[in-house]
Amino acid sequence: MIIAAGELHDEYDVAVIGAGPAGLAASAFCARAGLKCVLFDDQTGPGGQIYRSITSSPLSRHCVLGKDYWRGETIVRDALASDAHYVAGASVWGLLSSNAVAVSVSGITRQIRAARIIIATGAMERPFPIQGWTLPGVMTCGAAQILLKSSALVPEGPTVLAGCGPLLWLLAWQYLNVGVRIDAILDTTAQRNWHRLFRHAVAFATSSYMTEGLRLMYQVRRAVRVVTGIVELGAEGGERVESVLWRTRRGRFERLPCNTLLLHQGVVPNVNLAMSARVEHRWSDTQLCWVPNVDDFGSTTAPAIAVAGDGAGIAGAGAAVACGQIAAIAAIRALTNKASHKDEERNARRMLHRYQRGRTFLDLLYQPAPHFRLPRGETIVCRCEDVTARQVIETTLLGCPGPNQIKAFLRCGMGPCQGRFCGLTITELMAETRGSSCAEVGYFHLRPPAKPIALSEFAGLRSDEAAMKAVVRE
Amino acid sequence: MFRRLNKGPERLLTIFVDGAPTSARPGDSVAAAMLASGRIGCRTTAVSGAVRGPFCLMGVCFECLVTIEGVASLQACMIPVREGMRIETKCGNRTFGT
Repeated sequence: MIIAAGELHDEYDVAVIGAGPAGLAASAFCARAGLKCVLFDDQTGPGGQIYRSITSSPLSRHCVLGKDYWRGETIVRDALASDAHYVAGASVWGLLSSNAVAVSVSGITRQIRAARIIIATGAMERPFPIQGWTLPGVMTCGAAQILLKSSALVPEGPTVLAGCGPLLWLLAWQYLNVGVRIDAILDTTAQRNWHRLFRHAVAFATSSYMTEGLRLMYQVRRAVRVVTGIVELGAEGGERVESVLWRTRRGRFERLPCNTLLLHQGVVPNVNLAMSARVEHRWSDTQLCWVPNVDDFGSTTAPAIAVAGDGAGIAGAGAAVACGQIAAIAAIRALTNKASHKDEERNARRMLHRYQRGRTFLDLLYQPAPHFRLPRGETIVCRCEDVTARQVIETTLLGCPGPNQIKAFLRCGMGPCQGRFCGLTITELMAETRGSSCAEVGYFHLRPPAKPIALSEFAGLRSDEAAMKAVVRE
Repeated sequence: MFRRLNKGPERLLTIFVDGAPTSARPGDSVAAAMLASGRIGCRTTAVSGAVRGPFCLMGVCFECLVTIEGVASLQACMIPVREGMRIETKCGNRTFGT
């Protein structure tokens, strides 16, 4: 049920953060089992990014976005019909001591307590640091799809999509459905990736991803100019993007005028909240990003905190629902001390297995090429603080050992996005320059608040005598 | 540039971007409404002064920071439009006082 922030209780059995497929499934499951559950989400409506605006989309024709999108309707309906308290526009910025959840709604922070916490903060676009990616008019494919889903907005004028990964093809297909002209798709899929795929080909060929994916790509390729083997890519323009420039493997340069350039090279877990709650993470060599260390139930190294869905490693919406249910079952068992829901667990695991099938193939095929993850020269790495690749490389060569030290030298990662759009690039670039591994180089130490909040929100927090004495001297 | 697919008889509302009346669809985020009206720049950066516009539209990149009803540094992609809402672009570097 939807509630306002003022109606929040002080204590819950389970707090779920993120109303995408994993969070919706987890909260509905907990509530059905009789637990007192709260679901926080920072967007204005439920669905996460994959089912974004599903309760309010102005696109009523079901054939535009595809049937996979509308599958989300049942998931959202189940969660909203359950007794779980759902608060929209609620930004969780900290999982503090003694199971306190700090959440900001309309500029006011409240603290609630929850015996168990399920983080379902999902995925975000992987950084795509190319020359000119900061120009207005250059956006992510995810951003363009959000505009389509939530406001029925589509690009007008010369439009180019560049990068690799399923989302790029899905967006192109959705655009074709509504008659949007795409001037070119610049496919950056690394050709060498194909050689590593044989081992995983059977699993992929028998997965649900293949037929759907091939159908999409076939239809798009028939209608749009697709340039493959892109090895260099850049956007040009003054106050906005005016053209895109690329070089192919065969050495051919080309420039195309465009006023919208949509970039995508996969998605990565949005780890900021989990990391700030001291959940241990490791570097994934397959997905080339940080993923939390979780067990079969999504439980982390931090007491009472689980991570479910893409936030625990990219596996897609179907797998996220299953993981949400499994994390919910673990929470229910921990709180009731009973080994309940065995059938449900078996079903969820079967579903998870089905959706995991074929993922390794996709992970390896669409692993972004090194030259699109390791920028050079004046290409901006940290968008917030305008820090370039050259600065990062030179500072690393001075002996700067890791991301936390380079932050002090260059301010990269200290802007409002808190490293979300530069962190992976910084880790990889420093590892490459130092000749060490990403795991050795590590990541920024993230601490609450995981979202920037006004100082007045801290000041407005209820505090005890010890907290007062820590800041007030009389 | 972006255009709306639905040009139906739906009710539009008016917001003010840097004083200019701009029409928006109920349910738009501030960023979506600005993009629909042809404004793709939201702010200038604190370091180089370069123009930036919405990039991720999901609350991650913080490129679409604007001032809304006098409150600075708000994410335009995370806030739904309201009738008569006043939005100022060009944040640049924050200053004390004025």
